[in-house]
Amino acid sequence: MDLATLWFVIIAVLWLGYLFLEGFDFGVGMLLRVLGRTEPERRVLINTIGPVWDGNEVWLLVAGGATFAAFPGWYASLFSTAYVPLLIFLLALIGRGVMFEYRGKVDSDRWRNVWDWILVVCSWVATIGVGAVLVTNVFGLPIDEAGNRVGGPLAMLDWYSVLGGLAVAGYALVHGAVFIALKTEGDIRARARRLALRAGPIAVVPLVALLVLVGLRENTTFGWIAVAIVLAAAVIAWLRLAAWQEGQAFALLGLAVVGTVMTLFAALHPYVVPSTVDPAFSLTIADAASSPYTLEVMSWVALFGTPAVLIYQGWTYWVFRQRIAVHHMPPVKVP
Amino acid sequence: MDVLNLARWQFGITTVYHFLMVPLTIGLSLLVAGMQTAWVRTGDDKYLRMTKFWGKLLLINFAMGVVTGIVQEFQFGMNWNEYSRFVGDVFGAPLAMEGLLAFFVESTFLGLWIFGWDRLSKRVHLACAWAFSLATMVSAYFILAANSWMQHPVGVRFVDGKPQMTSIGDVLTNPTVLAAFPHTIAGAFAVAGAFLVGIAVWWLWRRRDTDDEHRPVWRASLKLGAWVGAVSFVALLVSGDAQAKLMFEQQPMKMAAAEALCATEEPAGFSVFAVGELTGQDCTQVKSLTVPALLSFLANGDLTSEVKGVNDLVAEYQERYGEYYPDDPALGELAGKPIDYVPNLPVTYWSFRLMIGLGAISAGVGLLALWLTRGGRLPRSRWLVRAALWSIALPFAANSFGWIFTEMGRQPFVVVPNPVGIDGMWMFTAQAVSRLSAGEVWASLITLTAVYGVLAVVEIYLLRKYVRGGVEGAMPPRRADQADDDNVLSFAY
Repeated sequence: MDLATLWFVIIAVLWLGYLFLEGFDFGVGMLLRVLGRTEPERRVLINTIGPVWDGNEVWLLVAGGATFAAFPGWYASLFSTAYVPLLIFLLALIGRGVMFEYRGKVDSDRWRNVWDWILVVCSWVATIGVGAVLVTNVFGLPIDEAGNRVGGPLAMLDWYSVLGGLAVAGYALVHGAVFIALKTEGDIRARARRLALRAGPIAVVPLVALLVLVGLRENTTFGWIAVAIVLAAAVIAWLRLAAWQEGQAFALLGLAVVGTVMTLFAALHPYVVPSTVDPAFSLTIADAASSPYTLEVMSWVALFGTPAVLIYQGWTYWVFRQRIAVHHMPPVKVP
Repeated sequence: MDVLNLARWQFGITTVYHFLMVPLTIGLSLLVAGMQTAWVRTGDDKYLRMTKFWGKLLLINFAMGVVTGIVQEFQFGMNWNEYSRFVGDVFGAPLAMEGLLAFFVESTFLGLWIFGWDRLSKRVHLACAWAFSLATMVSAYFILAANSWMQHPVGVRFVDGKPQMTSIGDVLTNPTVLAAFPHTIAGAFAVAGAFLVGIAVWWLWRRRDTDDEHRPVWRASLKLGAWVGAVSFVALLVSGDAQAKLMFEQQPMKMAAAEALCATEEPAGFSVFAVGELTGQDCTQVKSLTVPALLSFLANGDLTSEVKGVNDLVAEYQERYGEYYPDDPALGELAGKPIDYVPNLPVTYWSFRLMIGLGAISAGVGLLALWLTRGGRLPRSRWLVRAALWSIALPFAANSFGWIFTEMGRQPFVVVPNPVGIDGMWMFTAQAVSRLSAGEVWASLITLTAVYGVLAVVEIYLLRKYVRGGVEGAMPPRRADQADDDNVLSFAY
């Protein structure tokens, strides 16, 4: 494997980390007003991800930064072509990001309500946005031979974008519900589990449709294996959740993300941005890659940096491993 | 406005805004880590209260720095994709390193610090504070290394019309970043120092006639802030002087523009204040209060040497980098037009002076406040309190002016040619912008500015509320009714 292909795999891994981790924390945000019926319950939900959401989000920033460093051509084409969806996505991340710190800073129902809805709306919008952009990238963007967009601001959006948005949102919803079931006690836990069991089979339909579509298009053994992993993981996750094994269900859904990312990036290979205007304009891994020296430097950085990140982020989840419930919430105290 | 100007306005607005949060985060997080260290080492409750109070304000500000930083990373690809393609091989690396080696540490350990009170041992919890505050500095280093490369490209060769990195070591030890880093960090501490002084003086004044159990907290904060402010100012002068000398070599036009010096002078005087139109063409229009030979001293360390003026530099630049933009339709209106090598002189001239002047006033107010509260005295003068509170804003403004100066002073280049570097290794800002429709960039500029505006109001409202809440407002609530083993969360959002 040459360095450019290695970096293609590393970018896939960074996306995997992002979709796995922020997938469920987006899901918690999406479900805030559905599963949290009272103010203390909503606080419980927010605090399941309170200590970790920021670290989760950095996976995206690093995926973006690594794409810039390793594949400047990819970064330049994708980010400018998906301009409007990314702008909306950014606004959603801004809203969500300040929400965590600001929501509890004023003791007023109206204040908290506003931030609640910011969290809910921003979580939905960000999840759909990131799914739409990633999946559309896999199926192709309308780029000319210089890698610039052909057509207006919304030219990149098509049915794949819609399917991609729904697929990631549906998955995030289920993973979020299972995470809540894993991290809470009492009513919320039961409610989250019930929601995941009932809504899960419907919510994963777009994801399955997407994967089958990719599978049919590519028709490779590797692709079908990846699709099979996702389906098997999802079914077993449902069964384990039904048996109150939330931790196993959560891990299995994580495996489903692995399969999904494998399917998508295998389909994208050897391109980084297929062109829907003319296949000859498509950017390949080799076209978009940085020089071997830059890739080598970045490989060393990734080799030492990534295990460290996994260790200290893993440790954070260990430190905050206990289930939380309404009676654990410290009283509200603001000046 | 065309896409180029819209994209420039957006970059300017979002970057200046982001850099209001960043220096306070950098400076204050290290000071808070220091306060917590003092508490762990001495056990003195005063330091715990300091940590809690200033830590609360730090967190309110931190959140904004994080979310506005994401926009920064995205907008290179969104608005400046030609730039990204051109420089990606070398510029992307420090950005990716920042994410992987610094930002991950910052965000993860910040979460541990916020929620880790009483859950982690005192020492581990303190280590988390140091981890995230030192990571903010590492972050700053990588970002400044990337920026410095745009100011002074090093460590590359030129292959197929694009820079290709040949040495990451050269990029990370660019003399430009070695000078910019201490200057920027000192600027961050100046912000944090003035912040401590302003708020501490206000609290001392507010409780000047009553007993205040927290007075030691405010006294210690005032002392810390004033000294940090004063030392930072000295560090700013020293590092700024080093930076200026480097800049005279690396970007002579920027420094001539800082002075609005139109003709070459030998020796050159430093203009303190000027009246008239600063156009660079004709010096006779400008009346200026000048310190003789000072500019020669700033540039070269002597009182006699020559400093080149804008008009001579223009001729030199035209010869080296061309008189006209390429006749490329991608350049829009500028295609085939003459290149204007002179930065916006009123902006460079005044931002340079405001940077220095505002920084000096703020450090002075800090020391004055320290003097007036010496030996157990309390601030009696309403004017001192007002001055100290208003002085909080000054280093923020000075930082902004510094960045406006250095970024606008390098126009019309986005990658400034290295005078001893590779021929052809530069990029004009006009060539860097994405091929977008003006409508979408307008949409982006307007929504981001509006959202940033609303968030500024919210942040200031919350900061004000928590400043007024004092130490009491920042201490965790007491929970006498719970068993110890039930204490799963000592803090919750």
